[in-house]
Amino acid sequence: MDDARHIDGKRIDEKTGVETTGHFWDGIQELNNPLPRWWLWTFYATIIWAIGYTIMYPAWPMLTSATGGYLGYSSRAEVRDELATAEAARGSLVEAVRSEDVAQIVANPVLKQFAISAGAAAFKVNCVQCHGSGAQGSAGYPNLNDDDWLWGGDIESIYTTINHGVRYAADEETRQSEMPSFDGVLTPDQMADVAAYVVSLSGTPKFPDKVEAGATLFAENCASCHGSDAKAAKGVDAEAVKDLGAPDLADAIWLYGSGENAVVQQMMHPRNGVMPAWGARLGNTTVKELAVYVHSLGGGQTVAAGQ
Amino acid sequence: MERTVTVNVREVQESGNEAIERVDAEAVNSAKVRQPLYAARKKIHPKRASGAFRQFKWLVMAITLGIYYLTPWIRWDRGPYAPDQAILVDIANRRFYFFSIEIWPQEFILIAGLLVMAGAGLFLITSVAGRAWCGYTCPQTVWVDLFLVVERAVEGDRNARIKLDQTPWTLDKITKKLVKHLIWIAIGFFTGGAWIFYFADAPTLARDFTLGQAAPIAYFTVVILTFTTYVFGGFMREQVCTYMCPWPRIQAAMLDEDSLTVTYNAWRGEPRSRGAKKSVAAGKLVGDCVDCNACVAVCPQGIDIRDGQQLECITCALCIDACDGVMDKLGKERGLISYTTLLDYQHNMDIATVGGTKPINPALVRTAEGKLTEEVKNFRLGHIFRPRTAVYFSLWVLVGIGILTMLMSRGRLELNVLHDRNPQFVTLSDGSIRNGYTVKILNMIPEPRAFTMSIDGLPDATMSAPDIAEASDGKVSVEAEPDRVRTFKVFVAVPAGSLDEEITPFEFHVVDKDGMESAVYKTTFSAPEKK
Repeated sequence: MDDARHIDGKRIDEKTGVETTGHFWDGIQELNNPLPRWWLWTFYATIIWAIGYTIMYPAWPMLTSATGGYLGYSSRAEVRDELATAEAARGSLVEAVRSEDVAQIVANPVLKQFAISAGAAAFKVNCVQCHGSGAQGSAGYPNLNDDDWLWGGDIESIYTTINHGVRYAADEETRQSEMPSFDGVLTPDQMADVAAYVVSLSGTPKFPDKVEAGATLFAENCASCHGSDAKAAKGVDAEAVKDLGAPDLADAIWLYGSGENAVVQQMMHPRNGVMPAWGARLGNTTVKELAVYVHSLGGGQTVAAGQ
Repeated sequence: MERTVTVNVREVQESGNEAIERVDAEAVNSAKVRQPLYAARKKIHPKRASGAFRQFKWLVMAITLGIYYLTPWIRWDRGPYAPDQAILVDIANRRFYFFSIEIWPQEFILIAGLLVMAGAGLFLITSVAGRAWCGYTCPQTVWVDLFLVVERAVEGDRNARIKLDQTPWTLDKITKKLVKHLIWIAIGFFTGGAWIFYFADAPTLARDFTLGQAAPIAYFTVVILTFTTYVFGGFMREQVCTYMCPWPRIQAAMLDEDSLTVTYNAWRGEPRSRGAKKSVAAGKLVGDCVDCNACVAVCPQGIDIRDGQQLECITCALCIDACDGVMDKLGKERGLISYTTLLDYQHNMDIATVGGTKPINPALVRTAEGKLTEEVKNFRLGHIFRPRTAVYFSLWVLVGIGILTMLMSRGRLELNVLHDRNPQFVTLSDGSIRNGYTVKILNMIPEPRAFTMSIDGLPDATMSAPDIAEASDGKVSVEAEPDRVRTFKVFVAVPAGSLDEEITPFEFHVVDKDGMESAVYKTTFSAPEKK
C-alpha cells in the first residue's frame, strides 16, 4: 500500500520524487509540493499589511465600540471634513450672495452663475411641487419661463414675490389683491358678454355680436383693476394698476384657462392663488438665489414694468 | 530533485592558433531541465557578448533610453495661451500636446488609430523578423540590459559574479552588492522620475519635486515606478518575459515558416564534438559545434538555443555574436547560429540528413574543400516581400493615411447645441413660441477667437442670448477664450402660428470673425400641438 520511500523520516513519492503529506485516502496520497514563492511572499506581505492596518485603522471590536486606530480615521469625520472643505471653497461666493442685493448679483457674471446653480437646486426642492420641474407651471400655477408677470418680472420684484409670497396671510408684506366674485353682480348673460369681449382681445369669440355689450360692461366693472385696455400693468393704465397683480387679459397666457367658459368661471368663482412667503423658511440668501434663477429662465426683465 | 550547482571549469581546446574557452554553462531554462513552476528561480549570470548585434543593441538602447528620458524636456512654442512642452499629456485640462498637434478628448480616435498602427507594425515586424520587439526595443529588455551593465561594472563578468555569489559574506561582497543595488534603485528612481514629466511642465515639476511641493500623486508614481523598475530589472528579469508577459504567446502565433528567428543550424553543427581531431581520427562525424557553451553563457534568458525554438527566447541575438566569435577563431564560416527562416533550415536539414532518412551528416553540406555547398540556402532580402507582410504593411499604411487625413482636415471649431427639454417650449404673451438652447462653442486653438452665430431654416425667428450683450441683426456675436469651450444660453422665438409642424428642423451656424472656419449644428424647434 505504501509505495513511498522514506528519507530522513519523510515519505517520498516514487514517481515524482516529491515529499508527501503522509495522508492516505483509499491509497491516494497528497504531494507536498512547496507553494510558489511569489505566492508565499504575497501571503506574508498581506499578513504584515493586515497587522499594520489593524494598528493604524479602526479594527478590533470591543464591548461598546471598536479600537480607534493610531491614525484616528473615521469615515464620518472624512465626510464632515470634505463637506467643510466644500463649504469653505464656496464660502466667499455664499458670503457675497448674502451681503449683496439681487441687482448686484445679477450684474456680476461669476456671482450670477453661482446663484443660478444654487437657485436651481433650491428650486428643485421647494418650488417644483407647484411650478413644475421645468418651472413651466400648470393650470393655476404660473409658468415662470414666459414674459408675463403678475407681480413684476424684474429681479427686485421676483425677489419680493418669493420673499413675501402672494396672498399669504402670515406675512404682512405679502402681495395682496383679490378678484371679487361677480355672481349676483352681473347676470349670466352679462358675464357671457364680458367673456366674449375678453376673448375677442386675443382671439376669435364664439358669439361676436356679444362683444360690443361686453366692452361696455368691462369698462364699468373690470377696467379698474385690469386697465381700460385690459392689458393691466402692460397697458395704458399701468401706473394705476401695477400693484394689483391683475392679469393682462389681451395676451396669449391664461393662468386659469382660456376661452369663454374659463373666463365666466373665473368671474363667478374667482380663484385667488396663494404662494407662501419663502423668506422666513429658506432664509434671505436662498431666496436671492431663487430669484436670480427664476429671473434667468428667459422671461426675466431688466426694468420694472411701468417705469 | 537534484540541483545542478554551476561550477566554473575551463577546458581549453586547441584548434588552429587560438584557444577556445569552454564554459561549463548549464542552461537553467533548457528543455531538458524544465523547471517546475513552484521551484525557486535559478539565477542567470549572462556573460558579456561582443559583436555586431551587441553593437546594434547598444545603439538601440541609447536611442530608446534617450527618447524616454529626454523627450519631456523638448520645448515647443505654442504662443502665450498653451504650454510650451513638445509632448505633454495634460490630464487636468484634458489636452494632449504633440509638437504642433493638439488633441482634445473627442479626438482621441487619432490615438486609437496610432495604436492600430503600432499593432499592425508589430505584426509586420514579427512576420519578418520574429520577436524583434522583444529582443531589441521592449522596455523590459532595454532596462534589464542597463541593469546588467551596472552589475557587470560592479561585480565583474559572468565568472566573477558566480564566484562572488558563492563566496561567504565578506566586507568586499557586501560593498559590491550594496553599490550595485543602490545604482539600480537610482536608475529606477530616474525612470519613475522621467515618467511624471510627460504629465506636467517638466522644469516646473522638477523644481517642485525637489522642493517637496509637487502633487502627492507625482511622488506616489515615482515610488511605484522605482519599485517596479528595480524589481523587474534587478530580480525578475527573464521571468517577466516567460511568465508575466502575454506578448510572447501572441507573437509566437504570428511567426510562420518564413519568419526570421534566431536559429541554431543543427545541419552544420551536429554532431557536436569537444575533441574534433580525436573524433575525426576515430572516424566519427564531426559538426561545427565545439560545444563551448558560449551561446549559453551569454543568454540573458538562461536557455540553450541549440534546443531549438523555445518560448523563453526573446531573439536578442547575443548567442549569434558569441558563436560568430568562436567560428572566427576556428576559421569557419559565421552563422552556425543565425537569423534563419524555418523553411531554409528545413531545406538545409534535408541536405544534411538526405531528406530525413539518415542522421545528420555535416559533411553533406560541405564541398570537398570544406566550403558550404551552393545548395545551402541563406536568407535573401527579397524574402521579406510576401503576401502576409504586404497585408500588414498595407494595413499599416492605410491606417496611417487615415490618421493623417483626419489630422489635416479636422476642424478647430466645433458647435454643440442642447435643446431644452423641460419645458420644451414656452408660449409668450404675444402668442409666439420660444425654445431654449444651451450652446457650446469649442475654440480648439490656443488663441482667443470671436464668432458670429446665426440660425437658418426658421422663418421669422428671432434669436436672443441674454448672457451676451452683443446680439444684433438676428445674429449673436460671441468671444471664446483660447482653447476653451464657451457655453451660453440662447432663446429662439417664432411668431404665433408661423409653424405648421410640432417639430421643425433648423440649423445653428457659427463662423469665426475672420471667416476662416465655420460649423453647423442641426437641431429642432418644438411647438405646441395645433388645435
